[in-house]
Amino acid sequence: MDFADLIEKAFNFQDYALLLPLVSNSLIAGAALGVVGGLIGIFIMMRDMAFAVHGIAELSFAGAAFALLIGADVVTGSVFGSLIAALILGMLGTRARDRNSITGVLMPFGLGLGILFLSLYEGRSANKFGLLTGQIVAVDDVQLGGMLVLSAVVVLALALIWRPLTFASADPVVANARGVRTSGLSIIFMMVLALAVAVTIQVVGALLVLALLITPAAAAMRVSSTPVLTVILSVVFAELAVVGGILLALAGSLPISPYVTTISFVIYLVCRAIEAVRSPRRHQV
Amino acid sequence: MIPNPIVTFDNARLAYGSRVLWEGLDLQVQPGEFLAVLGPNGSGKTSFINTMLGTTSLDAGTVSIDGAPVRRGSDSVGLIPQQRPFGDNVPLRARDLVALGIDGTKPGIRLARRAVSAKVDELLELVGASGYANRAVSDLSGGEQQRLRAAQALAGNPKVLLCDEPLLSLDLHHQQAISEVIHHQAVQRGSAVIFVTHEINPILPYVDRVLYLAEGRFHLGSVDEVMRTEVLSELYGAPVQVLRVNGRIVVVSGDGNRALPPDGHDHAEDAGPAAGTPNTTGKRA
Repeated sequence: MDFADLIEKAFNFQDYALLLPLVSNSLIAGAALGVVGGLIGIFIMMRDMAFAVHGIAELSFAGAAFALLIGADVVTGSVFGSLIAALILGMLGTRARDRNSITGVLMPFGLGLGILFLSLYEGRSANKFGLLTGQIVAVDDVQLGGMLVLSAVVVLALALIWRPLTFASADPVVANARGVRTSGLSIIFMMVLALAVAVTIQVVGALLVLALLITPAAAAMRVSSTPVLTVILSVVFAELAVVGGILLALAGSLPISPYVTTISFVIYLVCRAIEAVRSPRRHQV
Repeated sequence: MIPNPIVTFDNARLAYGSRVLWEGLDLQVQPGEFLAVLGPNGSGKTSFINTMLGTTSLDAGTVSIDGAPVRRGSDSVGLIPQQRPFGDNVPLRARDLVALGIDGTKPGIRLARRAVSAKVDELLELVGASGYANRAVSDLSGGEQQRLRAAQALAGNPKVLLCDEPLLSLDLHHQQAISEVIHHQAVQRGSAVIFVTHEINPILPYVDRVLYLAEGRFHLGSVDEVMRTEVLSELYGAPVQVLRVNGRIVVVSGDGNRALPPDGHDHAEDAGPAAGTPNTTGKRA
């Protein structure tokens, strides 16, 4: 395949108007996901939990694969998988160092389980791959409903605990002394995170959740340290990546994930460049 | 007339298993009083602070703040912790950190932005931090951060300021500046200060009484009563010499081979240049 073929495969806007209605469910789900990823990413960054998110995603994948195998609902399966992972991490890994090693132990096990379930599954192979690397047209009305409900739960829960969670994440010692129940909050946060991961997997797949849960927030933090602006930028970046990614993916015959992850990554690079131009002194190595 | 004490320990005892940190502690701290707490690592200084925060419980006896039993998260108590660097994954400006001291424990998101902002300006002014109100906390020096900590701790208008090694890892200039801010605020508001430290010299001008914890025992009295060769030798059960050099206090172990900071504890970072020269205290000489 030469370069022209690749371009043809990646960007082909023939029949675009015809295809667009087919992905309306995915677009709605993606828009909801952008809000979820942009918001929760801020706390994942503050709590330094990127690796834990990846670990939860692999167990979520195992849950989804198991659901596929027994013919149950895939969203439900991934919710169960990620809740179990989040509970284990929340109970055992209260300190960052413990959490990293426990994540390192859990992650391959989850991935292995998922691969086992997938190899036992005899249905369409596109379904199998989709769980790991994302899918575009697979969102039916029932799934869409489930994802919207999950997203709403995540956003509402975050709004309810926003201030104390910010306090506990930025400044655990003082927050604890001032009466914030930091350990209880951290378990609640893990549960909310589990739901967010489960939703994200449906669109970009287990291997790529970080592109929506970390990268937008990380990019926003490069260019802003004002809390409100950082949150807004993070959500905008996540929306650009996921909605933009779906719209672009429609024009080619490739999966959605490379588009989403590439947009997300480019936004991050641009933010780093802006930061470097603004304060070159601070970031010279 | 003696005003009502702000902090009252009555026959208090704290132990971890069979290891007694201190027992039979009777202590009353009056409004406006500045109490220095010294002692080697592991002598229960931080635990002492924690009993007043309500995060550690006494094994026996009682502790009350302003006539009421200790309650976690009480506004009567403000905490200034050790300086701890903030990473650039914390999207907060100086003013946002102080704002968390005002309403960070409340659920939801902040709605009363204007009222909180006015209070923050007032607090920043009080500690001389107005100049960097809008800078990211991760960009601030240790000394600047500790001023914010002081502002944060004063937010609830506390009756007692608990300071847990707030000068650690600051340079001499900032040690003096932060000590001055804390003292000044206490005098102005008539609140008490309980100041845990390894190094008494920066706070020497302000200290009313010293509580020295060591080897499961303690000694309470004025600086001149406690910081004496006989008293510390008896506390440690080993020969210790207390020297006065240029208005500073230097504690030296009995054989004269090592200089110790006044808590009698040997720090790697202090031992370097001071080793073998009993009349210096390393970088602070």
